Amino acid sequence: MRIEIEVNGHRHALDVDPAQSLLSVLRDDLGLTGTKYGCGEGQCGACTVLLGQTAVHACMTPVSAGVGSAVTTIEGLERNGRLHPLQQAFIDEGALQCGYCTPGMIMAGVALLRTSPSPSPNEIARALQGNICRCGTHSRIVSAVQRAAAAAPGGAQVDTGREEGRT
Amino acid sequence: MSPQREHDGAGRRQFLKTLGGGLLVVLVTRNAFAAPSFGLPNLATNAGSADPLPEEVDAWLHIDGSGAVTVYTGKVEFGQGIRTSLAQEVAEELRVPLSSIEMLMGDTALTPFDLGTFGSRSTPQMGTQLRKAAATARERLVALAAERWHVDAARLTAAAGRVTDPRAHRSFGYGELPAGRRLTEKVRDDVVLTPAAQWSVAGRSASRVGARDIVTGRHQFTSDIRLPGMLHGRVLRPTSIGATLSTLDADAASAMPHVVVVHDGDFAGVVAPSSRAAARALDAMRAAWTPAPGEPPSSRDIFEYLKRAPAHEPGAEHEGPPGGDDPFVRGNAAAALETAEHRVTHSYTVAYIAHVPLEPRAAVAQWTRDTAGDALSIWTGTQRPFAVRDQLASAFSLPTQRVRVIVPDTGSGYGGKHTGEAAVEAARLAKQVGRPVQLVWTREEEFRWAYFRPAGVIDVDAGVRNDGTITAWMFDNYNSGPAGIRPMYSIAHQQVTFHPSASPLRQGSYRALAATANHFARETHVSELAHVIGMDPVSLRLKNIDDPRLRAVVQAAAERFGWGSAPLPSGRGAGIGCGFEKGGYVCTCAEVAVDRATGGVRIVRAVTAFDCGAIVNPDGLRNQIAGALIQGIGGALFEAIDFDHGVIRNASLTDYRVPRFDDVPAVDVVLVDRKDQPSMGAGEAPIMVLAPAVSAAIFGATGVWPRALPMARGGFPGASLQDPR
Ligand code: FES
Ligand code: FES
Repeated sequence: MRIEIEVNGHRHALDVDPAQSLLSVLRDDLGLTGTKYGCGEGQCGACTVLLGQTAVHACMTPVSAGVGSAVTTIEGLERNGRLHPLQQAFIDEGALQCGYCTPGMIMAGVALLRTSPSPSPNEIARALQGNICRCGTHSRIVSAVQRAAAAAPGGAQVDTGREEGRT
Repeated sequence: MSPQREHDGAGRRQFLKTLGGGLLVVLVTRNAFAAPSFGLPNLATNAGSADPLPEEVDAWLHIDGSGAVTVYTGKVEFGQGIRTSLAQEVAEELRVPLSSIEMLMGDTALTPFDLGTFGSRSTPQMGTQLRKAAATARERLVALAAERWHVDAARLTAAAGRVTDPRAHRSFGYGELPAGRRLTEKVRDDVVLTPAAQWSVAGRSASRVGARDIVTGRHQFTSDIRLPGMLHGRVLRPTSIGATLSTLDADAASAMPHVVVVHDGDFAGVVAPSSRAAARALDAMRAAWTPAPGEPPSSRDIFEYLKRAPAHEPGAEHEGPPGGDDPFVRGNAAAALETAEHRVTHSYTVAYIAHVPLEPRAAVAQWTRDTAGDALSIWTGTQRPFAVRDQLASAFSLPTQRVRVIVPDTGSGYGGKHTGEAAVEAARLAKQVGRPVQLVWTREEEFRWAYFRPAGVIDVDAGVRNDGTITAWMFDNYNSGPAGIRPMYSIAHQQVTFHPSASPLRQGSYRALAATANHFARETHVSELAHVIGMDPVSLRLKNIDDPRLRAVVQAAAERFGWGSAPLPSGRGAGIGCGFEKGGYVCTCAEVAVDRATGGVRIVRAVTAFDCGAIVNPDGLRNQIAGALIQGIGGALFEAIDFDHGVIRNASLTDYRVPRFDDVPAVDVVLVDRKDQPSMGAGEAPIMVLAPAVSAAIFGATGVWPRALPMARGGFPGASLQDPR
C-alpha cells in the first residue's frame, strides 16, 4: 500500500504495509540508521523518535501512525551544520560511552524540553525512564538535559524547515 | 572507516605500500603467535624506502607528509573510551595536538595482532606500546631535523607537531622532515617515556573522539552498515538448548519472492532483500527439533547441581573459567577454624546473568573471489577481532590471511562479545547467495543464544578474634570462577579453592569475571565478622589490610561517605566493600533504603574511591567507574536468568530487568591519582564491590544478611522478618 510520510522535513511516498513499524521503515526504506533497534518491544527507547512533538518508540509505532504528522529523527536535529543544543550538551557533558542509546536519549530529551523548558533532575529521570543505557551514563545524561535547558531558555525548539524530497 | 573499503587478501601489506612518504613506526614481531601471515615484503626493495627491515613487522604509527598521524591498534572501542585515551597517550609522547591523530582500530588486515579488548589490559599494555611507538617517532624526527640543520639534537625541541631550533628561530613540521621519502623505524623498547607527572595532554580530561558522529546518528554501528547489493539474513533457532533439527519444511519460505533458504545440517536460515522480508520468511519455516538427551537442571535447582557436577571438559569454546580444584593454601585453615574465637560459616549464591549489550550481536559478511580463491570480509562488533578471524578461517577452511575482520565502534559488550557466532552465521548465509549479507540478532536471540555470566555457589568459613584479626579463611567457589578469589587481607591460615562445574548454560566472560561473585561473598562475610564481634566494619578491614594503596581507597571512600558520622533513620542502612583486581584498588560505600512493607530496595547513594595508578583521562575514568557501578546494580539487586528444560524463560527486556534511571543512586567518585604508579585499566574493578556494600547496607536496614545475588529481585525477602537493629 502507498503511504506518504514526512520525515525531517522531507516527504516520502512508500509502498509498504501500513502495519509495518516506523522503525523498520526509517532504517530499511529511508536509510535513516541513526534510530536504533534495541529490543523491538518498547522497553529500551533506542528507537525513540518524535511524532509531531511527542516522543514515541518507533519499534511499536505502525508507520501509518506517522501519516499526517511530522516525524523527526536524530538526523533531523542538526540545522545547517549546527547541532541542536541537546546534541551539543551530550558532547560537552561526556554523556555517552558506547553511544548506542544516545540517539534515543536525545530524542526523548528533546521531547521533554519542548513541554518542560527547565526540568528538574527528577522530571528528567522520569521522562527518560523508558530509555535504557547499559553503560550507566545516567547521571551525565540528566546533566546534559539540564545543560541544554540552560543553553536554550524557553525550551530548545526544533525548527522543522521543510524541504521537498521524495524517494 | 568506510565499510566499503576494498578487500584485499593481503590488505595490510597493500595498505602499507600505499602509505607513500612519511615516517612509519613498526614493531618487529618476535612473538610466535603474533602476525600469523601478514609478513611484509622486504621494504628495502620498495622505491623510496630508506630502511631495510626483516619480514615480520607490524605498523603501529604513521606520520604522513602533511603531519597527519595514523595509529594502528587491534584494540576496539566498545564505549570504554580507549579511542580517545590511547590517542591522548600518543599525542602526549609525540607532542602533537589530539586532533591530528586518527586511530585505526580493530581491523585484522591493517592493525597489529592483538589478543582482544578485555581484562582491563588496553591501558597498561597497549597504552605503553603506543607511547613507545610515539616516543620513537619523535626522537627520529628530532634526529632528522638535527641532520638537516647540522646541529646537535639536544638543542632542539619537539612541540605542537614541529621540531624547533629555538636558538636559530627555525622549525620543521613533522610531515616535512622525511622530505617525501618513506622512512621506517623500529619501536625502541628502551626509549624514554614522559613521566606521568609531566603529562600535558594525557592525564587531562578530553572529550570523546567521534562524539559528534554519535550524537548526530551518523556513526555506523555494524547493524547500520549498508553495502551495495546487501541482503538481510535470519537464522532459525532451536526450541531448546542443544536441540537438533529433525525436520524442516521451508517450501513456503522458498516460494517467497527473492528469498533464499539456506539449510545445512542443524543450521537453517533465510536471506531476503529486507530485514522484514527475512523475518517473514523465517516465520514461514516449519521445523521440528529433537531436544538434547537427559534432564537438564533448571534455575530452581541449579545451585545443588553446580556443587555436584564437576566440569568434565574445562576450557570450552566460550572460555569457561580456566584452572581450578587446585587450592591456594597458606598455613592450616582447617585447624585454625577449629580453634577460632568466633567462627562464621555461610554459603553464597550467584545467578546467571546476561550482558544485555544495547546493540545486539550483528555482522555483515562479504565474500569476494580473485585468482588466489575466496576471501571473506566481516564487519562485526567483537572484543576479539583476531580470534574471530581465526574462528572464521577454520569454519570455512580458509587461510587466515583470506579473512578480514573489521570492528566498527560497537554498542558495548561488557565481556559478552568475545566470540563470533553472528559473524559465522552471516558468512554462511552470504556464501550461499553470493552477495553481502547482514545479520542482526534480535533481543530475544541475544538473551537465548549468547553466553552468560556464570552462576556459582561460594562457601565461606572464617574465624576472627575479638580484636578483629581474621585468623582463618576457607573459601570454596563452585563454577563462578577464580578471578579475584584470593583475599587481600593478611590472614595467616587460608585455603581457597575454585571448583569448575559442568554448566548447563553457555557461560563466559563478564565485566570483571568472577571477581564480582568472589568479592560479594568475601566482603559480605567480612562485614558479618565485624558485626559478630561488634566492631566497626571499616576498622576491621583496616586492621587486616597491609597494602597501603588498598588502605588509602578504604579511607578515602569512608571519609567522603561520612562513614559512621550520623545514625541512619529506620529503614536505611549503610555498608562497605573493598577489593583489588586487575591493578585497580577500589572501595565502595553504599546507603540503601528498604521499604519494609514491599521489601523494595533502593540504593540511595554510593561513593566509590578508585586507584588505578596514573590517570590518563580523568573524565573518561569517572564515566567508566560510574558506569560500572550502575551496571553492578542490576546484578546486585534484580538481574537473573530463569531457565527450565533448556529454555530461557525471561528472554526479553520486559521480563529481564536492567537498571533504569529510577534505580540510579547519587554516585560520588573519588579518584586517587597515583602519578608514581603505572596506569592500569578501569573498565572492570569498579563493578566488584557495589554488591557487598549493598548487602551489608541491607543488613543494616533489616537485620537480615542477603547471601544470594541478585539480592532483591522481587523485593528483599527478609525485609519484613524482623526489626532493624
Ligand atoms: S527498540 Fe524500540 S523500545 Fe527498544
Ligand atoms: S552509552 Fe552505551 S548504552 Fe548508553
